[in-house]
Amino acid sequence: MSDSAAMAAALRTEGADKAALRLDGVTCTFPSPDGRGRTYTAVQGVTLSVAAGEFVSIVGPTGSGKSTILNVAAGLLAPSAGRALAFGEPVSGINRHAGYMFQADALMPWKSALENVAAGLEFRGVPRREAEERARPWLARVGLDRFGDRYPHQLSGGMRKRVALAQTLIVDPKIVLMDEPFSALDIQTRQLMENELLDLWSADRKSVVFITHDLEEAISMSDRVLVLSAGPGARLIGEYRVDLERPRDVAEIRMTPRFLDLHREIWGQLREEVLKGYAQTKLT
Amino acid sequence: MAVARVKRLPSRPVILLLQVAVLIGFFLLWHVLTATKILSPFFFGTPLAVLERTWSDFASGVIWYHLGITLLETALAFAIGTVAGIAFGFWFARAPLVSVVFDPYIKAVNALPRVVLAPIFALWLGLGIWSKVALGVTLVFFIVFFNVYQGVKEVSPVVLANAKMLGASNRHLFRHVYLPSALSWVFSSLHTAVGFAMVGAVVGEYLGSAAGLGYRIHQAEGVFDTVGVFSGMLVLTIFVVVIDAVVTVIEKRLLHWRPQEAQTTNAQG
Repeated sequence: MSDSAAMAAALRTEGADKAALRLDGVTCTFPSPDGRGRTYTAVQGVTLSVAAGEFVSIVGPTGSGKSTILNVAAGLLAPSAGRALAFGEPVSGINRHAGYMFQADALMPWKSALENVAAGLEFRGVPRREAEERARPWLARVGLDRFGDRYPHQLSGGMRKRVALAQTLIVDPKIVLMDEPFSALDIQTRQLMENELLDLWSADRKSVVFITHDLEEAISMSDRVLVLSAGPGARLIGEYRVDLERPRDVAEIRMTPRFLDLHREIWGQLREEVLKGYAQTKLT
Repeated sequence: MAVARVKRLPSRPVILLLQVAVLIGFFLLWHVLTATKILSPFFFGTPLAVLERTWSDFASGVIWYHLGITLLETALAFAIGTVAGIAFGFWFARAPLVSVVFDPYIKAVNALPRVVLAPIFALWLGLGIWSKVALGVTLVFFIVFFNVYQGVKEVSPVVLANAKMLGASNRHLFRHVYLPSALSWVFSSLHTAVGFAMVGAVVGEYLGSAAGLGYRIHQAEGVFDTVGVFSGMLVLTIFVVVIDAVVTVIEKRLLHWRPQEAQTTNAQG
């Protein structure tokens, strides 16, 4: 595929210096779960860059190593080959510029909502009382000002996601990594959360890498959508610029002709990969 | 349409009343059986005599000294066993090599019936409180140790990764993630641990000492004083119930962040 090679080249050169986040030929190989010294390559030669203030989504079939890419960007996982750069500096250990919103519940169950939001500040040496004072407006911003003293198990799934969002954003990361953060929510809550996230993001543009398997979610929120092939050895195979106007309402924008065009175009490519991925899961 | 009826338990006061009724029924049965000489009062005592003896022991104040000794031994065994269990639990959970190497020995020592250690401890530490404390520690330590080990191992990797991403240092991870997780396991075994601390104290006293509830029971047995034995057991039971209630209060305070299900275990207390 010559056009994909050209695209990769384009990705490599685009804003090389100013990129908030760059992955350079990242390959991740894991020992196979069945042992016996066999290996499994999750992602292969992934190169991408995210400009400051840009909202980029990565879509791909299940098992295509989307989370692996994010873990490399976060510095939680060292790639087998290639490297990650944050603002031009190689990431070694935890990426200090990045905040990470996980797919699963990641709140500390023994801390109240307020204490969870304040945790990041506390870890940065802010005295407890001050950290909690600064956490209060963040709770209000995600609509939970009256729920500060609740523990995670006393909150609904949507509320826990809001707490997690405030927890991630309070420490003001320049890069926000989001791994299917809303996939566990019902569709109404989900659209509310998506709009809230866009509001928060537009107030203070951070670079966002948003992983999802939901193409509509990806298009309605992002500036750019990257398509990942089916694993093993998943590669980036497509890049689409989303030229929809902002501010957006994620529910309404799905009705616009331009959205539908983009959706058709990207889905045409993604569909094949989804089918490939599906065939593989059937095999194993 | 018939309304589906869910079988429901009666209200709390009714349950309490029934529980008291069971107690009174038991004492009545005991009383009737011994009064009619179906059971010999010599071997089984009589409830009135036991209550009277217990009352006079408390009234005269003799029992307080022995209670105090047993309580002190229990508290020391519990405190030392818990601190050691937490320290070693953490160490083993964070140092896989240590845990793998020592695993068979830990299991072997834990499998040993601790009662057989009592004479050894008496030999080493004398007949004072420390031989009883040592026995209690060997019991409490393992319960706490295994729970802390489990608690540290079972920390959710996502919670851990999240804390790291939020900038937690190793010290923060210990204080904000590992410790609360491990403590939740420790507290859920608190009832057992306190119970074992007391078993250690009483058994130790029973096997050789000069004070404590176990000593009192042993003395009474030595002179075939069944009333004294039962009175000792009654005091011991009241003592256990009170301690267990205190533990329940502490547990509720410290584990208030946990979902309600955890509290159902208190019912057995």
